[in-house]
Amino acid sequence: MRLVRPEILQTLPGPEDITRVELPNGIVVLARSNFESASVTLSGYLPAGGLFDPPEKPGLAHFTALGLMRGTERHHFQHIFNRLETVGASLGFGASVYNINFGGRALAEDLPLLLSLLAECLRTPRFPVKQVERLRRQILTGLAIRDQDPADRAEMMFDEILFPNHPFGKPTDGTRETIASITREDLLAFHHHTFGPRGMTVVIVGAVSASRAVEEVQRCLGDWVNPLQPSFPEIPSIPPLEQTVRRHISLPGKVQTELVMGTLGPSRLSPDFMPASLGNNILGQFGLMGRIGNVVREQEGLAYEASTSLNAWKDAGTWEVTAGVNPSNLQRAIDLILAEIRRFISEPVSWEELRDSQSHYLGRLPLSLESNAGVAHAILNLERFNLGLDYYKRYPALVESVTPEQILEVSRRWLDPERFAIVSAGPPME
Amino acid sequence: MIHPQKGHMDSPAFLTKLSNGLTVHLKEIHTAPLISHWVWYRVGSRNEMPGKTGLSHWVEHLQFKGTPRFPPSILDKAISREGGVWNAFTYMDWTTYYETLPADRIGLALELEADRMVNSVFDPAMVEAERTVILSELEGNENEPLFQLGRAVQQASFRHHPYRNEVIGNREDLLQITREDLYQHYRQYYVPNNALVAIAGDFRIEEMLQRVREAYEGIPAGDVPPRNVPIEPPPSGERRLEVHGPGETAYIQVAYRALPAAHPDFAVLMVIDSLLSGPASLNMFGGGGISNKTSRLYRALVEKELAVGVGGGVQATIDPFLFEITITLPPVYRPEETLKAFDEQILRIMETPVTPKEIQRAIKQARALFAYGSENITNQAFWLGYAEMFDHYDWFVDYLERISRVTPMDVQRVAQQVLNPQGRVVGFYIPEDNHPGGVS
Repeated sequence: MRLVRPEILQTLPGPEDITRVELPNGIVVLARSNFESASVTLSGYLPAGGLFDPPEKPGLAHFTALGLMRGTERHHFQHIFNRLETVGASLGFGASVYNINFGGRALAEDLPLLLSLLAECLRTPRFPVKQVERLRRQILTGLAIRDQDPADRAEMMFDEILFPNHPFGKPTDGTRETIASITREDLLAFHHHTFGPRGMTVVIVGAVSASRAVEEVQRCLGDWVNPLQPSFPEIPSIPPLEQTVRRHISLPGKVQTELVMGTLGPSRLSPDFMPASLGNNILGQFGLMGRIGNVVREQEGLAYEASTSLNAWKDAGTWEVTAGVNPSNLQRAIDLILAEIRRFISEPVSWEELRDSQSHYLGRLPLSLESNAGVAHAILNLERFNLGLDYYKRYPALVESVTPEQILEVSRRWLDPERFAIVSAGPPME
Repeated sequence: MIHPQKGHMDSPAFLTKLSNGLTVHLKEIHTAPLISHWVWYRVGSRNEMPGKTGLSHWVEHLQFKGTPRFPPSILDKAISREGGVWNAFTYMDWTTYYETLPADRIGLALELEADRMVNSVFDPAMVEAERTVILSELEGNENEPLFQLGRAVQQASFRHHPYRNEVIGNREDLLQITREDLYQHYRQYYVPNNALVAIAGDFRIEEMLQRVREAYEGIPAGDVPPRNVPIEPPPSGERRLEVHGPGETAYIQVAYRALPAAHPDFAVLMVIDSLLSGPASLNMFGGGGISNKTSRLYRALVEKELAVGVGGGVQATIDPFLFEITITLPPVYRPEETLKAFDEQILRIMETPVTPKEIQRAIKQARALFAYGSENITNQAFWLGYAEMFDHYDWFVDYLERISRVTPMDVQRVAQQVLNPQGRVVGFYIPEDNHPGGVS
């Protein structure tokens, strides 16, 4: 079977058109030119995410990331944003569990500006007092909104149940208590001790030659060193749940109930990943949200959205179902979803379903890789998960080799409906 | 020519009309082996009568429920199997459907859209299932404080015009609309002479035109109901309202009666929006936006600790809709003080001419946003049809040119006309301060 045409294969990013250079200070630069576009996309990360938060200060990495652009040793906040916005460019930072992530874009002629600002914010942030206080108010407002958002609340509780006393179970953006207590000195110290070039990855895609892109990164970041930069913390192991855990979060005044239910899932590096990914597509994505969408939305009309997702990181993952339902339909939706999960782990998917999803995975490649941002995202993942520059060349074979029996085996390993975390958030339950 | 730079913007569009009145816009773009196909219908909440709000959106949902030739089980899978994406949107003035597919599979989109222009079944059981799906969609929206506030402000901004209603419709109407209402709405508005097909991507124009003719030209034209949209009187005096609901965060929304998109001064209003609340993007798919931290309102409100965020926008519509600014207040808030600082900025733009440099900046920002959006075939095809729904394709072609002709005097004149406090609605979202919920 060949589901992808050779001429499409040739357009996919590969070793022949991705330049990968490791600078002496450890920064990995990946670049791919696209002179069809007029712009450049910048994307990357450095290992300084929530895993590095002190246990009593979750949210510190996040606060630090958002503070980077609030003023540097050379420039004020308004100066930084004036330079960016005047040329229609954008740059932003955020934190995830592992990393500080960054992304930006500009017209090609403004790439030097974008990289200079990236380097300046990463290397010499000043966290001015006034800006820190303003940012604190903004983060606290964001957290107050989050704490009233049923979907966010359900998702946070889901993570807390699956990863008890574990960094993966804590919200990267912290809590109102920790954000209120973090000081400017904390931000300065976190930056000083944690930020550095080792493990940093920068991807540049767009209307610039790869060699020029590498030179620009070298110019701005090539002499950055930080002898204090820590090594990656040990990730504690994560046992599966012993039995189903059910929680409801009451949010008076809300109209709809958000439901999140599921289990741990394979890591991105696990051999289980590809069968689980295709299985997940069949279970809750393909067409209009797969088998679960078909039952919950199409047949029963219980929800606008009912779908599944497989979230896979380096060391762990989750496999979850989400739906938004009227409170009176909540139990019915949970029962229908559990019944679909039981069916999914009791018999193999049909070859027809699998062929559909395989065909979808390969057919969507040109669409997911048409823009600079799409290509940058794909290249970043190659590096993040050590997949190899030839991954997209091997990808069709990887997808096509998966069988219904493999999906069944992998699903049985991960999806145990007797050991589910089931969380709902919305109006109080009667 | 739209974009003076390299990129795909310089290939010309081919515009024609078929014998049944179907407008066809085609554009070759050979940067990726993809084609994006859009069908636009000139129908939306603007065409709905009181008591029947939400019809257009519900019809859009039912367009995914199958025809005899493409039953829903097949329909759902066909596009996904080919690696494509498809979706639909209902708006005030229009409803649109799109498919983006690998170039050699685009025949599926042509067949499917031509088929469901006339042959959708509207099976009664599916109509009922979709009623609860749409109520669920509405309830999901109602969980959001900003939806609640926006709905109240929009309703208060118009007395008669259907723009006062949310596109999704009112709950009471959604409970009583019948299958016959829906089917009639479909048959009335889904005719080729009320539609536009826009296709961009990796094809040759002559060949694609032939395929469009084969798919669509056999569909007979129909009688489109005349648009008797009620005349909306000019606003008389400022109106203020409060929405109370769950949460801890307060918001202010200020809505002025805007200009219709076809108005010669609409570009001036876009510049005013850009100066006040930051540049807006026309991109629906990818490209992203630009931050607004140097905009006048961010500086006057957020940097003075009177707000934690501010955003605004003006939408391209047939009739005058709204220029809306939404302000998120800090944990300790004084709405009147924030509004006073806001009004100082409104007064400033009305009384003091902006500098040419500020306008130059708005132009470069618009150029950059265009460049970002043009990387994406789906965006390009969207642009090919979009402007025709409220004006003409030239509106889009000349967009940057019109923005670049805006002068400081224009900004002052249009600001004085549109930002008149006597013509606005000010809505406050007052949180009831219930503490985030307990767990059971």
